[in-house]
Amino acid sequence: MALSGMRGLSVFISDVRNCQNKEQEHLRVDKELGNIRTRFKNEKGLTPYEKKKYVWKMLYIHMLGYDVDFGHMEAVSLISAPKYPEKQVGYIVTSCLLNENHDFLRLAINTVRNDIVGRNETFQCLALTLVGNIGGREFAESLAPDVQKLLISSSCRPLVRKKAALCLLRLFRKNPDVMNVDSWSDRMAQLLDERDLGVVTSSMSLLVALVSNNHEEYWSCLPKCVRVLERLSRNQDIPQEYTYYGIPSPWLQVKTMRALQYFPTIEDPDTRRSLFEVLQRILMGTDVVKNVNKNNASHAVLFEALALVMHLDAEKEMMSQCVALLGKFIAVREPNIRYLGLENMTRMLMVTDVQDIIKRHQAQIITSLKDPDISIRRRALDLLYGMCDVSNAKDIVEELLQYLSTAEFAMREELSLKIAILAEKFSPDLSWYVDVVLQLIDKAGDFVSDDIWFRVVQFVTNNEDLQPYAALKAREYLDKLAIHETMVKVSAYILGEYSHLLARRPGCSPKEIFSIIHEKLPTVTTSTIPILLSTYAKILMHTQPPDPELQNQIWAIFRKYEGCIDVEIQQRAVEYIELSKKGAALMDILAEMPKFPERQSSLIKKAEDTEADTADQSAIKLRAQQQNSNALVVTDQHPANGTPPVSHLGPVKVPTMSNVDCDSVDQRETQSNGSLTVVDPQPPSPDVLGDLLSPLAIEGPQPADYQSDHNLGAGVKGAAIAEEALALAPIEEQMNTVQPIGSIAERFHALCFKDSGVLYEDPYIQIGTKAEWRAHHGRLVLFLGNKNTSPLASVQAIILSPSHLRTERSLVPETIPPRAQVQCPLEVVNLRPSRDVAVLDFSYKFGTHLVDVKLRLPAVLNKFFQPISVSAEEFFPQWRSLSGPPLKLQEVVRGVRPMPLLEMANLFNSFQLVVSPGLDPNPNNLVASTTFYSESTRAMLCLVRIETDPADRTQLRMTVASGDPTLTFELKEFIKEQLVSIPIAPHAAAPPVPPQPQPTSPPPPSSDPGALLAGLL
Amino acid sequence: MGIRFILMVNKQGQTRLAQYYEYLTLEERRALEGEIVRKCLARNEQQCSFVEHRNYKIVYRRYASLFFLVGVDNDENELAILEFIHLLVETMDRHFGNVCELDIMFHLEKAHFMLEEMVMNGCIVETSKANILTPIQLMDKAS
Repeated sequence: MALSGMRGLSVFISDVRNCQNKEQEHLRVDKELGNIRTRFKNEKGLTPYEKKKYVWKMLYIHMLGYDVDFGHMEAVSLISAPKYPEKQVGYIVTSCLLNENHDFLRLAINTVRNDIVGRNETFQCLALTLVGNIGGREFAESLAPDVQKLLISSSCRPLVRKKAALCLLRLFRKNPDVMNVDSWSDRMAQLLDERDLGVVTSSMSLLVALVSNNHEEYWSCLPKCVRVLERLSRNQDIPQEYTYYGIPSPWLQVKTMRALQYFPTIEDPDTRRSLFEVLQRILMGTDVVKNVNKNNASHAVLFEALALVMHLDAEKEMMSQCVALLGKFIAVREPNIRYLGLENMTRMLMVTDVQDIIKRHQAQIITSLKDPDISIRRRALDLLYGMCDVSNAKDIVEELLQYLSTAEFAMREELSLKIAILAEKFSPDLSWYVDVVLQLIDKAGDFVSDDIWFRVVQFVTNNEDLQPYAALKAREYLDKLAIHETMVKVSAYILGEYSHLLARRPGCSPKEIFSIIHEKLPTVTTSTIPILLSTYAKILMHTQPPDPELQNQIWAIFRKYEGCIDVEIQQRAVEYIELSKKGAALMDILAEMPKFPERQSSLIKKAEDTEADTADQSAIKLRAQQQNSNALVVTDQHPANGTPPVSHLGPVKVPTMSNVDCDSVDQRETQSNGSLTVVDPQPPSPDVLGDLLSPLAIEGPQPADYQSDHNLGAGVKGAAIAEEALALAPIEEQMNTVQPIGSIAERFHALCFKDSGVLYEDPYIQIGTKAEWRAHHGRLVLFLGNKNTSPLASVQAIILSPSHLRTERSLVPETIPPRAQVQCPLEVVNLRPSRDVAVLDFSYKFGTHLVDVKLRLPAVLNKFFQPISVSAEEFFPQWRSLSGPPLKLQEVVRGVRPMPLLEMANLFNSFQLVVSPGLDPNPNNLVASTTFYSESTRAMLCLVRIETDPADRTQLRMTVASGDPTLTFELKEFIKEQLVSIPIAPHAAAPPVPPQPQPTSPPPPSSDPGALLAGLL
Repeated sequence: MGIRFILMVNKQGQTRLAQYYEYLTLEERRALEGEIVRKCLARNEQQCSFVEHRNYKIVYRRYASLFFLVGVDNDENELAILEFIHLLVETMDRHFGNVCELDIMFHLEKAHFMLEEMVMNGCIVETSKANILTPIQLMDKAS
């Protein structure tokens, strides 16, 4: 049924097309949506044809970017239509409109399965495509065996099997366990022998996914891949339909060579020889032809062959052939080839021994930095950055600095960072480094992050020879009429420390230095003023003998700021005034800054993180790490000509970075407020400013005690994860260094008393919850929000519920797209009273971080309370009827947190245990009641009496009564927990989660894993 | 993953077809489409066919008034995707005969059927035009 047959749809589309502006379009679309909605409401009158038409309209509206929040049900229901046209529409529209977490999708799972196992191959294709596009974990678990069967079935036609291959790929990604590796590797190899190229193409994609995960198991496929490649390159048995401009399926050739890049080496000499023959032919035999399409297709193959040659670390001769080709490419006129030439040359840098040949092309690459096309300029920048070493750093950095003035804003920040890093890594002498960074700040101050100037200050502080030079340079920049605020900061800091080294030069007397800096003060923001104040204090200290006039001037400034609204400024002003009264002691306190402990450059770490952002499980990355290549884009700080054997391309994280970065001041803060210090969305950027200034403001140099960070325990189990991760993917995973923001325990406790809030947060993700409770039912929605501009992968949320809670969770997507929030509703049913807590085992991957946290869910006992206030007439008969254990329990509780009675009443009310004032004649006693709901107890009244001792607030007598012995006991214990400990962090004293002895093995069998885990927490 | 999305946009920036292979919310789609359309449409013939955008690479090609934009992972083979776009256009050509923007607009479902035969889950399934078009032809015959 062609669309031309659906007149209404055509009319609608042309109406929309004829709209003069967006408003008209909006009106037309709204009208149509209204129309569809009414039609769907009286669904009975709809023919399948009409349904189909409306569903297409919905898809069209959705494509235009309008929200279509209804009619999903209708789309899904078409899937079960008996006729092909309707069914097809149902499948296609469903996979466009819904995602794997959609509840409606579940409704279709049975129909989909029936279509897959049924005999109608067109239905099979539709169903496989839907699952292949949007199937989730649930589909993976229930359908994987059927799909595998189809893929290898000899009775199935290729058109079904090729779809089964990609469907299986999806299911494998959703849940790798669905593939039994042992039996599958042989089948995979057989699939590559297929005659039908559609099946081979899809199977090759499946193979790529499998080998990227674990190449060890698929060695048997390696020779098969080479055979496929030979078959294609020799044009053996390739149907005409699969040749594209005379080239046998370029896409399959590319995919096959990609699969080969996931195998670290090729050991079998025959296979290796055959492969190299093919590659040699591609390298030598690809000519530039007139036809654009043919040219592109053959070069697509050529570039993939280049990548494979690089990966295989071929003989030197072949490598130089590659470099020569690339050298040719970066100079051609065709922009696509130029772009790819630069891109691949950057990859080539990872290969040993070719850097020198690449350097010969430096001039050409620098020309590309001025190309009119930003895509090409970016590639050129990356390449120059990668090929930079001590021998050419001066030239390259010079060029980059020049380019900085003309570069578009989008590139300046990256460019500045790269310049700063190169200058630091490869500076032939330190004064040059200072020159470069100051120029950088001068030219692109807005794009120079704080890390850059912090780093130059560190360098100057740690190198005495550099200090007079830096001071002189800083002084020179201050002469400029307009300078960037960052320049004010860095020069003020440097001059404060070292201007006395310039004292004999003209224009450098303390007074002159002071006045030229002070001129800038009116132009700066509050973040700079504290630095200026410190500078003044230091100038004063260095002025010997004291200059009373200068002293008065500076004191006047301090006095002016004594009442400043900004606390930092005020504090410094007050402290400096007080300090200056101390006379000689001032000298010690304001003495020169001690050297900074050597640490990895935060800049370089930042650059790594940027890299990690885009790091996918790519063949190139994997290869780079497998080979330990001595790439120039390495992350180590040594000049590249040192070629240290341990350098990796990938981010090399220092696992204990956080410890190194927290100086003792930070640590103390950490302890006192019980929260973690990482609030910066870029965790590795250390608080250098804190380092710079804290000793000055507070005390002398602190000992470099890298005490371990004790607060991590609550949520992050580092070591265990690292091992687990290593077992899975030895290369990509790194230690879990992601720290939660805020205290997990504190957040949990806050949520015990309210129904919405943040459960967990770290630099990458925020998990919020919102809950509704009604009797013994609860609905808790988890909001998983990705805070970054790159996706979070391998997201898993497993609920470990204790036996008294029945939980049902909807699907969680494996990836959370950038800046997206995913909702994950969780239905909870309370079966019986218990204080055990459900635990959410949440893990995800961000770049190289694997984060796994266990979070207690605030589905706690008091959530199933409903306040009820009882009168004296109701209370006492009940109280008396529940006589003695086990329905009524009494206990004397000691070690109670002392609090006034009123506060205690508020505490009780906060967990829905309503205090009835005046019920108990004794003013030192409290009586409270609530209704507890669970499936076994139904609604049950609970009564509580607390008798306090005004003479000793640390002890009390508590009596709890209800109609259920377990409830009475649990409630008594619950109240005790609330009274005895500090509700904010009752578990703070608990040791950090001990790494499980064998993290890779499943936890010991237990009927109640949730309770077990909750115990651990 | 390979292909993240395929967009067909006319030179006024109106989307004529959008197929995503990873889930994005409507707001994200709108933002993404806006940004990349702005970036790509502003480019000229002398510039290369690849645009880097966030963590995607956009491979695009222009046919008369229509732009074909394909978002791929950074390590995807760009030229292979570029020619895949051409294969798609040739396939549509074979079916519609001199395909134009209006064909795609008014035969949205066929464009979707073809795409569905060619790409699944972000991977290329089929590159033989005959095979791609068989189901559509069967359907045309049936109706």
